[in-house]
Amino acid sequence: MTSPAAPATGRRSRPRFDPFGGLVERWLRGHTLLIYLFLYVPIIIVVVFSFNATDRRVTQWAGFSFKWYESVLRDTVVQSALLNSFIVATSTAVLATLFGTMAALGLQRAPKWFRTPFEALTFISIIVPEIVIALATLVFFSSTFDILNPLLDWQLKLGHQTIIVAHALFNISLVMLLVRARLSGMDRTHVEASYDLYGTPWRTFWQITFPQLLPAIVAGFLLSFTFSFDDYVITTFVSGAGSTTLPLYVFSTIRKGVTPATNAVAAIMLMITLGILVVGQFLIWRNARRSGQRGAGMASIVAEQSR
Amino acid sequence: MTSPSVAASPIAVRPARSIRTGLLTGLLLLPASLWYLILLVTPLAIVVVMSFGNASRLGGYEPAFTFTNYASALDPTRITPFITSLILAATGTVLCLFAALPIAYFIATRAGSRKSLLIVLLVIPFWTSFLIRTYAWLTLLGPDGIAGFIGGITGDSGFRILGTPVAVLIGVVYGYLPLMVFPIYVTLERMDRTLVEASKDLGAGRWATFRQITLPITLPGLITGSILVFIPLMGEYVVPAILGYGRVFLIGNQLVLQFLEARNWPEGAARAVILILIMLVSVVFYLWFANRGRKTREVSVL
Repeated sequence: MTSPAAPATGRRSRPRFDPFGGLVERWLRGHTLLIYLFLYVPIIIVVVFSFNATDRRVTQWAGFSFKWYESVLRDTVVQSALLNSFIVATSTAVLATLFGTMAALGLQRAPKWFRTPFEALTFISIIVPEIVIALATLVFFSSTFDILNPLLDWQLKLGHQTIIVAHALFNISLVMLLVRARLSGMDRTHVEASYDLYGTPWRTFWQITFPQLLPAIVAGFLLSFTFSFDDYVITTFVSGAGSTTLPLYVFSTIRKGVTPATNAVAAIMLMITLGILVVGQFLIWRNARRSGQRGAGMASIVAEQSR
Repeated sequence: MTSPSVAASPIAVRPARSIRTGLLTGLLLLPASLWYLILLVTPLAIVVVMSFGNASRLGGYEPAFTFTNYASALDPTRITPFITSLILAATGTVLCLFAALPIAYFIATRAGSRKSLLIVLLVIPFWTSFLIRTYAWLTLLGPDGIAGFIGGITGDSGFRILGTPVAVLIGVVYGYLPLMVFPIYVTLERMDRTLVEASKDLGAGRWATFRQITLPITLPGLITGSILVFIPLMGEYVVPAILGYGRVFLIGNQLVLQFLEARNWPEGAARAVILILIMLVSVVFYLWFANRGRKTREVSVL
């Protein structure tokens, strides 16, 4: 038996004796499995118990039923929270996708004196803890409103607009990063060919550049939508009366404890965001197949970002 | 405008176009720049200014230049939330690290054709609402779940997990784990596997290979992941509020209290500035370490 540290001299050591090899492999496998269980069991429990017919204890199974979904969806408070969430998330996603894509395209030609501080601000907007952005935005809105409201005929106040504008900050940066990553990996020969063939910049953009950027733009739109739809911290700071979103509603009901009704709302939120992920994956996959590109799924676009 | 990316196209050379190109570039960048100026730079500047001001009796802000807010934020009797946050964030980051490294290693080197499936399975929970994922632990850790089970075994019917730092730690590891796995996975995935083969051929054992080859190469990913986890953890609010019942009191909870309930904004602003400073220090440390890591990697490859 050779000790692990001793160099195996004189012979090829490929099939060297490794008493822990199998153990290490099994441990790696087991650990991975455990982590996946850790990630999924809590979510599955919420979804399962949202179908529980019980009227009393949440965890006491009393048969399968949709009754909590019905009761929750008939609740006008939930309805208006759901509507608010959709309004906020859609507007945020539209703004962020438009401005983020524009910025990514503009940055390509921006001079260095502009690009460096701009990139620093992008980094700051993503890395600063959400709570700091949230309170700073609240302080900003309230001091601006104090100055502007006496001068205006109408009153500026916290509501949908402030939530959308605040959510857009982070999501503009996010879309910009996704589109820039795609731009840098883009094949420039088509663009040059188009120019050589006297294509106008406008036409070149729409026929060559835009289709290649589309997966990143779609991913950016759907990501901004979900981030805005799910956001709690910023929303709670800059929302006003009548602009309660679904996460705010869920947070306020959690304080009363776990109920099957809250489980149902939570499951609805999970299904909405998962539905968006599936739609995005499908769109990108179809686009990749049609244009014959290597299939870059939604997940890989997201995972690649966190380098 | 002659940036290298346009220099190749004949259009950019024509001067008539170049003014239009410059204008177009400006227009494209205008909305995002406005957003950064108005909703990032200005608010943060206001917070910094406010942190040196006085709180007025009505809960507003009075212009002044004083350090009293910092003094009271750092007062030994009231600094506990900072200390708790630092300890919790550090512990949470280390736990994420130990949980993430083996799984990232497994996906990068052992998963084969199931690689992309495993990555999708990691992205899905990360994609869904942080609030809901935190909420999901209430049932599992509650008296009908793990806490009741442990209590039943030990005979201690009052055994609780919710409301303790352990619950908060479980919640944050759960919430931020994917942020640790992705960067480690990416570095491992790009690693030159022949180095490991070479190390084994030269007779190095598993542990020696891991310590001398794999770990140094993975280091940049480990550090990126740690920063991605540590910084949001320092400002975490949702997890301690839900799983800690507000009893585990972090900076995040204190900031919410001061801004939304007590409305002592100047003192809250001082705390926020300190939080930003902690963040800046960790980012600077990160950049320094990442650059250092790059150098040693180059040396080791040579």
